[in-house]
Amino acid sequence: MARMSMVEAIRDAMDCKMAEDERVVVFGEDVGYFGGVFRCTDGLQRKYGKSRCFDAPINESGIVGVAIGMGAYGLRPVAEIQFADYVYPGYDQIVSEAARLRYRSGGEFFAPIVIRMPCGGGIYGGQTHSQSPEALFTHVSGLKTVIPSNPYDAKGLLIASIEDDDPVIFLEPKRLYNGPFSGHPDQPAVPWAKHPLSEVPAGRYIVPLGKAAVRREGKGVTVLCYGTMTHVAEAAAEETGVDAEIIDLRSLLPLDVDAIQASVEKTGRCLIVHEATLTSGFGAELAAQVTERCFYALEAPVERVAGWDTPYPVSEEWDYFPGPARVGRALVKAMET
Amino acid sequence: MTSAPRLSLHVPEPTVRPGGKPDFSHVGIAEAGEVPRPPIDVNPSEIRDFAYTMIRVLDDNGDAVGAWVGALTPDDLRKGLRDMMLTRAFDARMLLSQRQGKTSFYIQSLGEEAIATAHRKALKPGDMCFPTYRQQGLLIAYGWPIVDMMCQIFANEQDRLKGRQLPGLYSAKEAGFFTVSGNLGTQYPHAVGWAMASAISGDTRIASGWIGEGATAESDFHSALVFASVYRPPVILNVVNNQWAISSYQGIAGGESAKFAARAHGFAIPSLRVDGNDYLAVYAASLWAAERARANLGPTLIEWVTYRAGAHSTSDDPSKYRPKDEWAAWPLGDPIERLKIHLIRIGAWSEERHKQMQAEVEAEVLEAAKEAESHGTLHDGPKPSAATMFEQVYKDMPRHLREQRQQLGV
Repeated sequence: MARMSMVEAIRDAMDCKMAEDERVVVFGEDVGYFGGVFRCTDGLQRKYGKSRCFDAPINESGIVGVAIGMGAYGLRPVAEIQFADYVYPGYDQIVSEAARLRYRSGGEFFAPIVIRMPCGGGIYGGQTHSQSPEALFTHVSGLKTVIPSNPYDAKGLLIASIEDDDPVIFLEPKRLYNGPFSGHPDQPAVPWAKHPLSEVPAGRYIVPLGKAAVRREGKGVTVLCYGTMTHVAEAAAEETGVDAEIIDLRSLLPLDVDAIQASVEKTGRCLIVHEATLTSGFGAELAAQVTERCFYALEAPVERVAGWDTPYPVSEEWDYFPGPARVGRALVKAMET
Repeated sequence: MTSAPRLSLHVPEPTVRPGGKPDFSHVGIAEAGEVPRPPIDVNPSEIRDFAYTMIRVLDDNGDAVGAWVGALTPDDLRKGLRDMMLTRAFDARMLLSQRQGKTSFYIQSLGEEAIATAHRKALKPGDMCFPTYRQQGLLIAYGWPIVDMMCQIFANEQDRLKGRQLPGLYSAKEAGFFTVSGNLGTQYPHAVGWAMASAISGDTRIASGWIGEGATAESDFHSALVFASVYRPPVILNVVNNQWAISSYQGIAGGESAKFAARAHGFAIPSLRVDGNDYLAVYAASLWAAERARANLGPTLIEWVTYRAGAHSTSDDPSKYRPKDEWAAWPLGDPIERLKIHLIRIGAWSEERHKQMQAEVEAEVLEAAKEAESHGTLHDGPKPSAATMFEQVYKDMPRHLREQRQQLGV
């Protein structure tokens, strides 16, 4: 068992799959010789050669489009989009092609591809380096959408995604790459090495898609969250003393509705937290699911804390970011209702 | 006050509109036999002018002339003629079926039959085409059962695609025919990616991508050419220039100022401009590009110059935007008629045999249609179960789809 950062765990997942399966190829902007702007593919080209790990032109529709062609051929491409904010030129290829090949061809063709992309804010990246576009993917039939919150899950979920026969959108909260983040920008950065979930087994293991994890047990209120917000919610619970049960969804589609239902039926309250903008965000789907499945167990309205419905700003980042203060207020309010 | 002239926008306009006299003087047509056939490892810079001329084999008399004549035997040519005639008869029948309400929509390939059928002949089993909706000739020349194609068009119980796709958007992996998208241009990068995968895997198979001249305006065309230029995968990049994208003439896609073949130049991809209504020229140029790909020499772009003789689809009325008699004036003629004349000229065919073959292909199509209709048509007879709607969205049906299927009660 080694201590790894999320970057190292993600790299280890690709390394592991490239070693055991020749069909796995990795490419994207700056991922080859240089090893990626966040270093997630560092060393893979040296180890596996240029035809299995290579740089791509700055052309996201092309990156996704050729990945689909490679997948249809029988390879297992892992394509990196340098920032989730850059994925939009490739969106047509994801929605109209990757997600639809299997269905429209009656199962003759499919795209077993993984599209990795760093998402989320907390790095003063502004609107073009901070977005959380998960709901744009969960709305599309035929896609799976995954978002890890720690090194252990990142490796296991990425291996499961590479082995999956359907296209997987793999969102990597970039603020978590090198350490957990409680949402207090004024506190010193903490490395992953001190966190229990940085213990990553060597070799292949999977975290199955569609299984949530309980990060903190509690009886007062269920918090549904994922990615960076898992850590923010934990901090908010500690700081307010609210007996919150924190569910890290890990995979948004497929969604672990059983875990959600079990927790909300136990607590009778539900707070949904995500970094993405509020309106039509994934939280809306979660709120609907909770209402449909747990209505008679609810003692308070389902609440949401999310990014404001504005573009992601730079200098006002910490007013925008749904940090522990806002989450904490919502926890207290949920308990008072 | 500035002395600069006021600016004005240039919006291209075809030379004639309905009621006018057809004029194709802008097309740029060379004499048959005029263009030399370079070695497959030619430096692309040495054949830049090939994008502005036209490779043609059959001359106005029906003789095959020049360096691109190739080695097709009379048997090959008769088979090619039959493929084109079967494609046309198939289209005619399916148009009729649409008018009879047996399907909702149809796209014919009238006047363009040589391109797909002769191109298919230059490919090998295992190669993969990434077609648009007007390359049904690829399947027919491959010998794919036309009953299967009709069942897709009728969206009946035998439709392998389970009634999910617009009529004519086939998928036939075994025949090297990738699932057709209704979104234009998206399959062009797939062809490049498939070819890259073949190269990565040390395979020998090649890919063939298809796009219309109108859709070359899509970003995906540019994306595909960038990747093809960078990684030099074994792919043929076909551009079918049939002059019309629904009502927009080729000038709206940029064809007024430049030849579509010339778009490859900035990528150092060798490019050919070919008479798309000349079966022999289509075969020879396709073979040249396929040989280049198989020799690991990388991509070739080919502009096939042709004319969309029919409406864009059954939902279109071209008399609203172009002269009704334009096809009759098209200088590259009718591909079936031209090959027929050539075969007669070399003593391998006759008007009588042609009539006989026409009757044969019509009978074949009629019989196939009867069989396909016995499995149902769009509004009549057996059709796929609604339960199949929830299948194959994912490899394994996830819980939310199972729940939705239960809600529908199937």
